[in-house]
Amino acid sequence: MDKRFDIAVIGGGVVGLAILRRFAMSGLKCVLLEKGADILSGASKGNSALLHTGFDAPAKSIELQCMKAGYAEYIEIRQKLNLPLLETGAVVAAWTEHELAALDGIIKKAHANGVADVKKLSQIELRIREPQLSKSVLGGVLVPGEHVIDPWSAPLAYAQQAIAHGAVIMRNTEVKAAEFKKDEWQLAGITARVVINAAGLFGDHVEALVRPSPFTIKPRKGQFVVFDKPAAKLARSIILPVPNERTKGVVLFRTIFGNLAIGPTAEDTDERENGSTDSATLEKLKARAIEMVPALGDVNVTAVYAGLRPATEQKDYVIEALKDQNWITVAGIRSTGLTGSLGIAQHLAKLYAKNFGKLPKKPPEPIFTPVPNLAEHSIRPYMKGGEIVCHCEWVTRGEIETACSGPLPAGDLGGLKRRTRAMMGRCQGFYCGAEIASLFKEAAHGKP
Amino acid sequence: MENHDVIIIGAGPAGLSTAMRLRELGVKDVVVLERETKAGGVPRHCGHFGFGWESHKRLMSGPKFAKRMASAANDIDIRTSTTVLEFTMRNSLRVHSSKGISDMSAKRIVLATGTRESSRAAQLIGGNRLPGVMNTGTLQQYVYLKNQKPFSNPMIIGNEWVTFSALLTCRHAGIKPVGIFAEEQKLDAPWFFPLGAKFAYGVPVQTKTKLIAIHGSTRVEAVQFERNGQRNMIACDGVILSGKFKPENALLATAPSNIIITGNALGTVHTAGACVVNARALAETIAKDLQ
Repeated sequence: MDKRFDIAVIGGGVVGLAILRRFAMSGLKCVLLEKGADILSGASKGNSALLHTGFDAPAKSIELQCMKAGYAEYIEIRQKLNLPLLETGAVVAAWTEHELAALDGIIKKAHANGVADVKKLSQIELRIREPQLSKSVLGGVLVPGEHVIDPWSAPLAYAQQAIAHGAVIMRNTEVKAAEFKKDEWQLAGITARVVINAAGLFGDHVEALVRPSPFTIKPRKGQFVVFDKPAAKLARSIILPVPNERTKGVVLFRTIFGNLAIGPTAEDTDERENGSTDSATLEKLKARAIEMVPALGDVNVTAVYAGLRPATEQKDYVIEALKDQNWITVAGIRSTGLTGSLGIAQHLAKLYAKNFGKLPKKPPEPIFTPVPNLAEHSIRPYMKGGEIVCHCEWVTRGEIETACSGPLPAGDLGGLKRRTRAMMGRCQGFYCGAEIASLFKEAAHGKP
Repeated sequence: MENHDVIIIGAGPAGLSTAMRLRELGVKDVVVLERETKAGGVPRHCGHFGFGWESHKRLMSGPKFAKRMASAANDIDIRTSTTVLEFTMRNSLRVHSSKGISDMSAKRIVLATGTRESSRAAQLIGGNRLPGVMNTGTLQQYVYLKNQKPFSNPMIIGNEWVTFSALLTCRHAGIKPVGIFAEEQKLDAPWFFPLGAKFAYGVPVQTKTKLIAIHGSTRVEAVQFERNGQRNMIACDGVILSGKFKPENALLATAPSNIIITGNALGTVHTAGACVVNARALAETIAKDLQ
């Protein structure tokens, strides 16, 4: 492997991968350094998997700008990459008179943010749209453009497209030191002209390699409860709460895999890896879901998880180019990172051109590398035959084999789950756990 | 569409016994659909002793019992690696096999899909999400089917018969559990089981002790417990969640209201032998009903 690159991206989350993709497709020589055994090992592992319009984002923020650009690009490229879109729309539901009074402000803000189709729903209109919602709902706001996507296949597709354009992804590669001399960075055994810090939950640690970090990552934990498949038909739209200053609040949403989930909480934590759940909070989330949709009382819980959002002291994204040090900082990308990532990458391409020289005049012809479909509402591999190994999610042996091979095979069992849905169903691996683990071991055996 | 007299979903003790008894009673056109690669059901991976008393009047190991059941049913049309996806109409099913998806129908459809233990998530147990947390059934597959040892010193949680099945499985694999903890006041298992655990295997059994959370960074490192209002941590490298059985009946979501169910898919937790006895009785009703 040639060890000289134009760009080194630190962090294999959705943001880092979208950036890698953008620069690789521009014709630059790129490498990505990820400390985990697989991509999406940090903040991108657990989120609510929604494609946001930005209707409630802070006006004139970089966040809003990136979300809008990211949304548009996702819609533009998704079919070429075989990425799903479950067009649910969202409803901001008001449960108190106080919240009802806030709806007009939400609509005004949405229109100011350029999301023109946002409109009010009366109590009756809302009940017609969402008949399973508790009768205590008073009214709401419809946001037709908020949708559900696949949180893991999208970044995987960005990664594979980057690789197709010559990018290199190095996993199990933690950047502990970096040296800048003669206009070049030396890090993790490679040389790069420009370094991009997209290290998410460790953004401040990585920033300290170039300067005393002007921001501190203050992880904000979000716990989620996922209900079994019969729940999905109980909500047509994403049900959002009236937001407050700090957080978008607890959302009830369908997943691309055919479930219904509630979350996230917003808890300050010191944890930066493998966020933990606690029974009391999970019980509360479950109770809140049943309060919103009483029929959920009859549905079992399939899964629970906790995600960590890399919040900083600032509300907006921290995106900055350090011209003299050949460094770009991308930090504080919280809940909106999945939507915003492609937009952030566009923004960075401009920032790069402004500070570090023009991008190649003639970028290579784009190559699109479709990913296998995991979405429940589209055609899945088992429908054409094969041997089902995960009986709850109907995952075939062929899908497991595909996920364990190719240019970016699953790096650990978690990565295999994210690539296939295996073991994510109602039995959580009771039937297939041993089989899948041994298939993974077989595939990984002999790998360098 | 492929049509039969009776389709049985599940080739465990209950499903196979229903099929065999139906054949004995002269119902010829019976098909058993099994999603696993082999017939036999859960006893296939319960490698220890204790199966068959009610049905065969003798005790044998799970795999031996499963093999015996499957070979006795060798003249029955059992389709393995065949998954029922859903009921499409009252008497018809959408079925997946290696060839793809097709529809099948029958005069009577019997659900014999068994039962499984509750997952960690379903029990809302907190802490970190880590490998090495599994149900007894999964451990048995690691040990008896894959010949693997997923941990060395796990904590066993539960107060049922299967809790001690987990202990026997550990013993077989050379795994030494650190203890058996149960949230409940009492054990729902014979009185001599905990004595055996303690004196024969040196594994302490403690009731009224609730699992709160599982901790670790990349592997299980400790579990947190609550006993008499006090919380404590105990080191271990795995957790076996035993029991709290739930019927494996997701198919009920699309099944007609008059669906016939047998074995532990009913929500019971009977021994394999008892499932055989009950299933044979049910087969007689079905045979009469078909005449």
